[in-house]
Amino acid sequence: MSEIEKFKFTRSHEWVCLNEDGSATVGISDFAQSALGDIVFVELPALDAALQANEVVAVVESVKAASEIYSPVSGTVSAVNEGLVDSPETLNEEPYTSGWLYKITLADPSELDALLSHSDYQDLYQ
Amino acid sequence: MNKRTALYQQHLESNAKIVDFSGWDMPIHYGSQLAEHRQVREECGVFDVSHMTVVDVDGVEAESFLRYLLCNDVAKLDQPGKALYSGMLTYDGGVIDDLIVYAMQDGFRLVVNCGTREKDLEWINKQARDFEVWVLERPELAILAIHGPSSIDKVCSVLEQADAEAVRALPNFKGVMCGDWFIARTGYTGEKGLELIFPQELAAAFWEKLLAVGVKPIGLGARDTLRLEAGMNLYGQDMDESVSPLAANMEFAVSWEPQTRDFIGREALTSLKQRQLSGDLPVLVGLVLEERGVLRHDQRVVTDKGEGVITSGSFSPTLNMSVALARVPAGSNSAQVEIRGKLVDVLIGKPGFVRFGKKVFQPLAQ
Repeated sequence: MSEIEKFKFTRSHEWVCLNEDGSATVGISDFAQSALGDIVFVELPALDAALQANEVVAVVESVKAASEIYSPVSGTVSAVNEGLVDSPETLNEEPYTSGWLYKITLADPSELDALLSHSDYQDLYQ
Repeated sequence: MNKRTALYQQHLESNAKIVDFSGWDMPIHYGSQLAEHRQVREECGVFDVSHMTVVDVDGVEAESFLRYLLCNDVAKLDQPGKALYSGMLTYDGGVIDDLIVYAMQDGFRLVVNCGTREKDLEWINKQARDFEVWVLERPELAILAIHGPSSIDKVCSVLEQADAEAVRALPNFKGVMCGDWFIARTGYTGEKGLELIFPQELAAAFWEKLLAVGVKPIGLGARDTLRLEAGMNLYGQDMDESVSPLAANMEFAVSWEPQTRDFIGREALTSLKQRQLSGDLPVLVGLVLEERGVLRHDQRVVTDKGEGVITSGSFSPTLNMSVALARVPAGSNSAQVEIRGKLVDVLIGKPGFVRFGKKVFQPLAQ
């Protein structure tokens, strides 16, 4: 199974990937970064913030528009990608690796089951 | 089906992302709007703006017609080739469109916006009925804008020698006919450069020549951030028929003298001028956000004199912060902008942020 097959996707273009320590990492899809165009500013959540699934958690601004990011899952923010503050273009360049947004301690891992697989997401948005 | 310029295939070959632009399939970028913006500020790029509308006006009364139709005075164009920026106003003094008018060897050439083409042509033709003029749209012409510090050298390197010499001799805001090509030192970026108006069947070959000497294609996305940095208005955002040139930083394009010249909107502008003098007319200003975030069209502005609105806002790649044009009460000295429910402080100053690659914005002393 390739790395991307472990990712789950939302219809609002976020991805979430379960880590080995049981936490999950969240970002936006390649389709989303491409549609947004050059990203110039990212507003990240606060550490330890408690999130509900589908709640607005971050804002990504490109030259074109501001776009709200919805948390794909419920839980507590355990890390944020501070590197994006000074290098927001990383989101365009590496949306699935260095361009991650935040890590979350899952409140309910079964929420992942309701999300789209990579191939289902690609079928919808390619 | 949308309209396409003669360069549509060339755009695809340069990996353009094509978007709908007032009924035209146009390139918004060719990969990165930011990289294209910087390319124009630092070197040179070419824009296909053939979607814009070229209208030739000629006839024995062409000059008197345009002196009546436009708020700027074409009598200032005392030599063929000279260019003038103007508004075309309603009787109430609202802006129907902004445009460039060139004096040609015979008659005049107007270049008006694509999004306003139909209403512009209708208005021009309606007003022309009382004059001995003819009005001819020229959809068979392509328009390329080549801008950036090395633009004139690059263009001249692919022109015939005699044409290149004529182009090199041009001062700003002047053009020259080279056969059936019209080449002028005008543009919409705040950099030096040229606009070329020529038969569209020659466009693809000329485009390829430019790319071969290292000129990069630039999309309409970067065209918007370049003009915003230069403090130039975009029709439909910074002004429209509900706004007068006096409230849109366009008074430089209103020719009050000679007072004997009647032009459409003059009477309304004269009373608006009284309101302006008593401080009762809003002004278009420049805003700079020094914090992180991006100013956007339609965001609410709160100043020490009342409320206003952002008319154009984006990220400025040259300043690496966000800039905006905003219409605010006259005399405003300080401003905040509401971004996602929070008021953030911004600097306020004259519209215009970057010229010739350098920062020119000066905030008001508060």
